[in-house]
Amino acid sequence: MSKFKKKKGGDLPAVNTASLPDIVFMLLFFFMVATVMREDTLMIENRLPSADQIEKLEKKNLVMYIYVGKPSSQYKAKYGDEARIQLNDKFAEVSDIAAFISAERASKREEEIPYLTTSLRVDKEANMGIVGDIKQELRKVNALKINYTTTQGDVSNNE
Amino acid sequence: MAKRAAPEVNAGSMADIAFLLLIFFLVTTTMEKDSGISRKLPPMEESEEDVVIKQKNIFTVLLNGKDQLLVEDELMELKDLRAAAIEFLDNGGSTDNDGNPCDYCQGKKDPASSDHPDKAIISLKNERETSYKRYISVQNELVGAYNDLRNRRALQVGPQRGFRDMNFVEMQKNYKDVNWPGNKEKLKEVIDQIKKEYPQKLSEVQ
Repeated sequence: MSKFKKKKGGDLPAVNTASLPDIVFMLLFFFMVATVMREDTLMIENRLPSADQIEKLEKKNLVMYIYVGKPSSQYKAKYGDEARIQLNDKFAEVSDIAAFISAERASKREEEIPYLTTSLRVDKEANMGIVGDIKQELRKVNALKINYTTTQGDVSNNE
Repeated sequence: MAKRAAPEVNAGSMADIAFLLLIFFLVTTTMEKDSGISRKLPPMEESEEDVVIKQKNIFTVLLNGKDQLLVEDELMELKDLRAAAIEFLDNGGSTDNDGNPCDYCQGKKDPASSDHPDKAIISLKNERETSYKRYISVQNELVGAYNDLRNRRALQVGPQRGFRDMNFVEMQKNYKDVNWPGNKEKLKEVIDQIKKEYPQKLSEVQ
């Protein structure tokens, strides 16, 4: 009956981890594909308001971003507590928008220029004053397509 | 010398390397969502032409510096705004510029309210102190009013053109969807027709 005695009692066999790299690679590829590298480092607080009647912005490379919000804590001492505009990693004034738009336009092909959209990523605690100034400035340079970028959600989340 | 089999590369650290990369991508991922309320700003015009618009065709929504909502000079709660806007847009009291009555409107046909959806304008005013979140909420409700009307119209028009059980928002989504199997040219016609019947005339003034 030695046939049955060969089994050693007690010890659990080790779990086979040979497929672990495969699983990890699968996850890795998912994240590599889904990742969008942040273009700008935000120096401001930027919590977008929520809305539910929204449309998707189609062509990502034809979007110009204007960020508005209070300076984040490490910049508070230098830039104060009021909502500020950020363009391309830098704080900016309303008067800088025209130059920003023309720089963005210059970097695009000519036939794409009419499709450029300005995405206003404004913190929900900001006031309309600064947004109105931006809109006025955009009208001056004839960048009329804008998008109030929001998150998907009910408007009651805004309060 | 006898031919020796090449030694196998040790793949034991493969998982570690993959983990390292995985953690890097996990940390840098932001999953950015770019969606929002799209608007078109009015062009800058030096010469102010005097377009006479009848007062009854303008629906004024004012959001003052204390975030109070004044609709046609009366205080209103945000939740009632959409219904009020729909009532105004869908009134159809008279005819459009070409003299056609609004036969698809289901409003009260009140002569004191808007003539035709084609003429009805919503004017959204704000003050400098108005908060952005409140402004977006109001914008959302007004866009919602247009979308509700267009959805209703889409459910009426759609079945006649072979697009059953599809509201306006879904039509637009399908139109943009590359994988959608239906007839896009026909769908575009329906979308354009509905857009023409309920044009989004929302003006933002300061």
